[in-house]
Amino acid sequence: MEINPIILKFVYAAVVVGVVMGLCSYAVLAERKVCSWIQGRVGPNRTTLPLIGSIPVIGKFLTRLGIFQPVADGAKFLFKEDVTPAHVNKFYFIMAPVLSLVPALTTVVVVPFGRYVTEAGEIIPLVLADLDVGLLFLFAISSLGVYGVVLAGWSSNSKFSFLGGIRASAQMISYELAMGISVLPVLMWVNAPGTDGTLSLFDIGQAQEGLWFVMWMPLSFLIFLVCLFAETNRLPFDMAESETELVSGFHTEYSSFKFGLFFVGEYAHMIVGSCVITVLFLGGWNPAPFLTWDYLGFGDGILGAVLSVGTFMGKMCASLFLFIWVRWTLPRFRYDQVMRLGWQYLLPLSIANLIVYIFVIYFLDTTSF
Amino acid sequence: MGMIIKRKPLNILERLYVPEIVRGLSTTFGKIFEKPVTLEYPEQRPTIPEGYRGVPTLVKDPQGREKCVSCQLCEFVCPPKAIRIQPGEIADDSEYAHVEKGPKEFDIDMLRCIYCGMCQEVCPEEAIWLQNQFSMSGYTRKEMVNNKAKLYELGGTLPDQHFKWNKKKEAAENAAEGGHH
Amino acid sequence: MTDLFFYIFSAVALISAFTVVFSRNTVNAAMALIVTFLSMASLFVLLEAYFLAVVQVLVYAGAVVVLFLFIVMLLDAKEDKQKKISRISTAAAVIGFAILVMGVVAIQSSPTLAEASGGELAASQMTLKTFGNQLFTTYLLPMQVTGFLLLIAMVGVIVISKKAKQPQS
Repeated sequence: MEINPIILKFVYAAVVVGVVMGLCSYAVLAERKVCSWIQGRVGPNRTTLPLIGSIPVIGKFLTRLGIFQPVADGAKFLFKEDVTPAHVNKFYFIMAPVLSLVPALTTVVVVPFGRYVTEAGEIIPLVLADLDVGLLFLFAISSLGVYGVVLAGWSSNSKFSFLGGIRASAQMISYELAMGISVLPVLMWVNAPGTDGTLSLFDIGQAQEGLWFVMWMPLSFLIFLVCLFAETNRLPFDMAESETELVSGFHTEYSSFKFGLFFVGEYAHMIVGSCVITVLFLGGWNPAPFLTWDYLGFGDGILGAVLSVGTFMGKMCASLFLFIWVRWTLPRFRYDQVMRLGWQYLLPLSIANLIVYIFVIYFLDTTSF
Repeated sequence: MGMIIKRKPLNILERLYVPEIVRGLSTTFGKIFEKPVTLEYPEQRPTIPEGYRGVPTLVKDPQGREKCVSCQLCEFVCPPKAIRIQPGEIADDSEYAHVEKGPKEFDIDMLRCIYCGMCQEVCPEEAIWLQNQFSMSGYTRKEMVNNKAKLYELGGTLPDQHFKWNKKKEAAENAAEGGHH
Repeated sequence: MTDLFFYIFSAVALISAFTVVFSRNTVNAAMALIVTFLSMASLFVLLEAYFLAVVQVLVYAGAVVVLFLFIVMLLDAKEDKQKKISRISTAAAVIGFAILVMGVVAIQSSPTLAEASGGELAASQMTLKTFGNQLFTTYLLPMQVTGFLLLIAMVGVIVISKKAKQPQS
């Protein structure tokens, strides 16, 4: 039976978006749990579902772990009163949450999360769209995410929101440059002379069967990581929110489901960011440096695909944990410190890093080939 | 006296941020595995320290007699006027007929009460006590008014050394028998 | 299918471009500008020039308009009152329109261009690699000149924004 490929794509897309949304809600739970553990608390441990919660040992355990909490959170966002203040610009006020979520979900399209080796030995990437310019596409779309924040701040017509929006836009511009330049060494290595030119994320992942890029480009990794924190508005860079000084920044005036969209958008950004950092620096779906599933003999067929996706997800979750862990460790930078760090340290550092790797890669290339 | 604390200038490693951040991260990572200090409230109750001023209650003495004589001092002293007492007579055939008065109704409005403890301080009979009960809740305003029955239920019995009214009765009986003045 | 998309996106691009020019609310204008850039990018995609499309979104929609919005919000530009159009801008508009008409006429009448657009799309053979190669070999001089122009602009901004040293008083 032949299924229309367009319909099939729709199904795939629905599945992937569903998985990402599920991950988002559990990322929220993870955030709350990790936060409470770090602070010596227990965290969400009461919410339970009627049937599953009453299974003797497991139900109790799952309830203690807060597994059912996202259900309650979601229901709360849906059913709370949705207040639209009278002083807002309605059109942009309603559009802003959508604008912050949609780019985050769109970028998932180009993120590869595993590979499938057919019986003929052909390697098929597990990705919705294996674009030739994947990485650039990802940067381009995620840079649109700032409009949600900026418009929310502006349309709310309140000074707290406004300051949050202004800060977000300035911060976003400042760190995008350093972020782009910091990944250039990776791309140069993947596109070394003699290979096909590509910016596809899948090929970058495949190129890390030997050394992972984090190992021989640690500075790139560090700069990229810091910029990623800034781009996703996470502490220590949550200038847009700064709840200690701006109430809650750009979403001060939002309530109920609109706020929920911002919330999910933030975590979706985090998840996509974790995926990207996994693909670019942490070896993608390869279990260890110089070790692939092929080498271990598990590389073929469905088993290999499952293993590769599992490895990828594991690394992504570890990276998500890092996001959460850092948030509950560090205080927020002051605004001028954020600007100084971005323009005076990270940008020159990333340029210097690029120049050094240009020479390194040039010499490696001319000597070894 | 102001004191100027000289801050050490940051050394190169500290100014690089990264080592210090790693140090902070390792601290918080260690905390993850420590036992939480949370008191899980409805199941675990806090230990109430002695002299705690909780919800005001009425108490009975060990012989089961209600101590309050409805002198209304507490009603008078109560700063937020939370207490309302309706005095009543004690029946002639009662063992304690000589006390003469007891509360017919005794209401404490817990929505007004400020837990100051003045009622307890002023009570000449040591009948009203602020005890350990600390959480009062209800769905209506009416539920939040403790009536006499509720107050005795919350208060229970407290030990008593004096048994003042018994002694008074005894003394009166002795006097009637013509004992010494 | 492609034709349909072409018409949709060009219509959106045109409408939003007109909105940019005629809108009195500056934020509306900036948002319309984003829509214009996005539909332009979609047109590039239809031409199979993915790299151009992505760069269009990344640079213009992602960064330049954010700066616009930033400035608009910082200046708190209110909706303009009906202002008289100055003589200079009228003249500029007339000249600009004349150049546009001339350009269209030139394209229509040029034999080589018409041939090129009728034939196989050049962009479809344009992988990222050939694109980069071309940029750094055939078109090296234009690229360097453009880069230099941008550098001049940047230096100019730094010079202007640097405050003149106050005499010590």
